[in-house]
Amino acid sequence: MKVMLIDDSKTMRNIQRSVLRQLGIEQVEEACDGQDALSKVGAFQPDLILVDWNMPNMDGLSFIKAFRKQDKTTPLIMVTTEAEKSRVIEAIKAGVNNYLVKPFTPDLLSQRINETISKCSAS
Amino acid sequence: MDAGYITPFVKSIQNVFSTMLQLPVTVNDPAIKTGNSPSHDVSGIIGMSGDVTGSVVLSFKMETADAVVALFCGERLERDSADFADAIGELVNMVCGGAKAMFNDKKRVSISCPSVIVGSDHGVSLPSDIPCVLIPCTTDCGEFVIEVAIRETTPSSEASEQAAANA
Repeated sequence: MKVMLIDDSKTMRNIQRSVLRQLGIEQVEEACDGQDALSKVGAFQPDLILVDWNMPNMDGLSFIKAFRKQDKTTPLIMVTTEAEKSRVIEAIKAGVNNYLVKPFTPDLLSQRINETISKCSAS
Repeated sequence: MDAGYITPFVKSIQNVFSTMLQLPVTVNDPAIKTGNSPSHDVSGIIGMSGDVTGSVVLSFKMETADAVVALFCGERLERDSADFADAIGELVNMVCGGAKAMFNDKKRVSISCPSVIVGSDHGVSLPSDIPCVLIPCTTDCGEFVIEVAIRETTPSSEASEQAAANA
């Protein structure tokens, strides 16, 4: 399985990467904002994308809208500090498959990843 | 400032530190910041805009920042590295994001990307027309403070800001 991590914080990408490693996922590509991710996603062809909301250059919501124009199926999990109900709805409308609010425990991130993968592979 | 805007920060800081660092935080009595501002060594700063505007600063003494960053990242980092600043920025980002989610649900508030200052004995000047509430916190890693200087944007304050901008 290949996973793309999109977050402007390297600290956060490292935390997510270590959770993925515990799940046995070693093929990981990182991007520091939406623009960077759009330039890498075609070549990397991820099976799952974790994306932050607030980032410089291109935020996560803009990335999702742009990405969903070209790819309707790759599962997307938004991992963000944006916790308001209105934001969650906005993200779901844009095309995310799951949502995780920071701060999170490693167990919670693992759970979201596993449930997203199994839900998307079943459909 | 409405006291209702302080409780979300208290709750959020405890949630972020306990969830990400497994570090309990004791929050001491908040106070209005006076002219004699405390000096800091490491500060993470976030701006808020929308229905609530202002700034939030999370400030540490150097040794406290060292210990907190080491817990967050799983290793001690050089103070002048980009990763050290990144970790502080992400902490203040999570604290502000968590707090604003506890504001009145009808409030539409955006937060900026964080800025981080690393340098001994610096001060952070916040807008003088907004009262700043200083929340002192104690942990096993040392003490730190969170400074909250925010206010609701009312139609009249929007108009006066616009008039000032046009002057």
